[in-house]
Amino acid sequence: MSSSSYSSATLSTGYTWRNALKAGLIFGIVTLFIVLVGLVNTFGERDIIYNVISMGQTLLLSMSIIGGYLTGRRTSDQSPGFSALYGLIVGLTTGAVIGLYLMLASTVNLRDIFVNSSNELLTLLSFGMDPLAGAAVLVVLFGVFGAVGALISRSAPLLRRALVTGLLTVVVLGVLEDFLNVLLSTGFLKPVAGFLFARSGLTIEGAVVLFVFSTGLRLAQPFLKRTTAPAVEWLDQPGRKPVKYGLITIVVLPLLLSLPWVLQLYLSDVLDNVGLFILMGLGLNIVVGYAGLLDLGYVAFFAIGAYTTALLTSPESYLGWEWTFWEALPLAMLAAGLAGILLGVPVLRMRGDYLAIVTLGFGEIIRLLALSEALKPYIGGSTGILGVPKPVFFGIELKDAQYLYYVILAGCLIALYVSWRLSDSRIGRAWIAMREDEDVAEAMGINLVQYKLMAFATGAMFSGMAGAIFASKLGSIFPHSFNLLISINVLSLIIVGGMASLPGVFVGALILVGLPELLREFSEYRLLMYGAALVAMMLLKPEGFWPAAQRRRELRAEREAAAAKEMAEAVVTTTAE
Amino acid sequence: MALLEVRDIHTYYGNIHALRGISFTVEQGEIVTLIGSNGAGKSTTLNTICGITPARHGQIILDGRDITRTPPHEIVKLGVTQAPEGRRIFSRLTVYENLLMGAFTRTDPRTEIEQTLEMVYEIFPRLKERARQMGGTLSGGEQQMLAIGRALMAKPRILLLDEPSMGLAPILVQEIFSIIERLNESGTTILLVEQNAQIALSICSRGYVIQTGEIVLAGTGKELLENEMVREAYLG
Repeated sequence: MSSSSYSSATLSTGYTWRNALKAGLIFGIVTLFIVLVGLVNTFGERDIIYNVISMGQTLLLSMSIIGGYLTGRRTSDQSPGFSALYGLIVGLTTGAVIGLYLMLASTVNLRDIFVNSSNELLTLLSFGMDPLAGAAVLVVLFGVFGAVGALISRSAPLLRRALVTGLLTVVVLGVLEDFLNVLLSTGFLKPVAGFLFARSGLTIEGAVVLFVFSTGLRLAQPFLKRTTAPAVEWLDQPGRKPVKYGLITIVVLPLLLSLPWVLQLYLSDVLDNVGLFILMGLGLNIVVGYAGLLDLGYVAFFAIGAYTTALLTSPESYLGWEWTFWEALPLAMLAAGLAGILLGVPVLRMRGDYLAIVTLGFGEIIRLLALSEALKPYIGGSTGILGVPKPVFFGIELKDAQYLYYVILAGCLIALYVSWRLSDSRIGRAWIAMREDEDVAEAMGINLVQYKLMAFATGAMFSGMAGAIFASKLGSIFPHSFNLLISINVLSLIIVGGMASLPGVFVGALILVGLPELLREFSEYRLLMYGAALVAMMLLKPEGFWPAAQRRRELRAEREAAAAKEMAEAVVTTTAE
Repeated sequence: MALLEVRDIHTYYGNIHALRGISFTVEQGEIVTLIGSNGAGKSTTLNTICGITPARHGQIILDGRDITRTPPHEIVKLGVTQAPEGRRIFSRLTVYENLLMGAFTRTDPRTEIEQTLEMVYEIFPRLKERARQMGGTLSGGEQQMLAIGRALMAKPRILLLDEPSMGLAPILVQEIFSIIERLNESGTTILLVEQNAQIALSICSRGYVIQTGEIVLAGTGKELLENEMVREAYLG
């Protein structure tokens, strides 16, 4: 009985026009939400392709493409024609919701309730036409793109991936035009930049070339992979590790060293912020990623590192010792590490949510202590500590972001090296065992107290280092710089990058810290974006953008197990028949 | 002198008096079983020996040394290892990594550890076949083998097995128990906790019956199998 119902389920998912209508309504409401919070407005000012399509419009249309794409995936058991039809329905419905809003907003004034429901928005949505005609065009466009999305998802896997890559390349490069233009305009690549980029966004020719190029590259990837396979294989042999890392170093190191001068001052500042978050991310990765201890008060150690440095180095501080940055740095790290142990002791017996709450409280306590009247004479209360000097390196004052970059880079490389060595060590194995199952780890003879405290202390030290650099970079510190949001940011970037993955920390920091800085329009919607990015992550790529080898293996194993199960069930079905 | 002697231990979970004065001995080379129903205190006894839920009163003597207050990781080093109840393996690590975790406390050279690994693979050839597979993808019986194999990696002087039959099909239970018997024949001392009294008593040298935290009966496996009370309560 059960086997026959299983086989009928594989023949047809029973997707009907009702499902399509429902999906369209859901997408319509999501799109309407995006419109009403003002995203389309704000992004309307930036073009993806100059004078052709703005970022706001791209956002709108991408909603219908995504809607169609998902519909295509859900109807993969039917013919592509039907998929396209359902995609069309989804797109039309989504468009209809926006169209209805357009008509409503142009007759009734909605601005009292929805502040973003401005005339510019209506002009933008209706393409400057009168509302009815605009709405009609909108519905048709959404429908067409819905169908296109469905067809893309139903095309052959390689083609599908190539098309998605092409579209994403155009959108991403268009969005990052500001940044890339600066990056490319410094060197011999200037003509390329001139060809690709217009005043805002890509040129039309540039967009076409990019799309064709990236699509082609993705299409050729299997071939490229085959041709490069022998070289990769050669490098992957155990004895060739030095060669491999040597090659990577030769390519990457000059790039890293020249970065601040290519990027200029403003972008170097952004890069420094990203670097500080990478440093903290690497630290928290040890605590959360390796040892599995959910720490929501990580900012506390950042604050302790910063305050220790400020106290020791600033002539305006209570101590007034005027140490140099380099003298203060080890002490700042030590203080943070000790604080890590101090926090670790009371939470040794706690797990999961309880641990998260207690550490959250710890973070707040440190911030409130910094703000408190009682400690004001020593650490300045809400006025903080001013006059923190910049580091001086062999007589050179590291006076701005371009110079400080090297301190941060060095810090990140040290943290990276330590994390990497730890992950492969006895300590790392103890942490993994603890993360996987604390009780069994204990039964295996792992000293939980020792290894938990070690994780807290090591993680805290990296954060303390970031704090010290931060204090010196800003020149003054205030309690409000050390709020909960920093802890959340660091945790999010680890999750987005991939738990326990070292490259993941870099990717996560670039996406969550770097990107919002580059797109200033985002700043208002930063938290919304975080939320959306995290939800999307969990649904689409739960292992993170650059997962650790081990996590990748887990998910592959899960997929294999699922496939094996499916096979077994299919066998049962056929034998039953 | 007994390898392991448990003297009148009392263990509490908060205010709950879980073990009410348990005493027994395990001699070198024996299989001793503790049988009893759910919640009788069998697993608690093992956890108390391992130091995970330390006894409030009483003594645990390992080869003449009092280990009652010794922390769990030290106890493992002294040669007491358990394969925990419910096949608690690291499901997201490979079989090989699971086994290596078992040797965590060992400080002898890597080659020695590899020898033990070969030995474990010999006892459980299926683990060798699946060395690269994730622990969680193994079948129930294989997971139990892995849990036992992992405990063996510590080269224990006494192996504590917590309900190895739990949740396994009868044929697998047979297989696991014949392996346990073979392990014992090759010299491993085993303390076995079981609900499946029939099979546990049939392979053990001596057995104890635990009821609500107390030992109510002791004897050789054969004696207990024939005991009227045991037959009625545990053998159905």
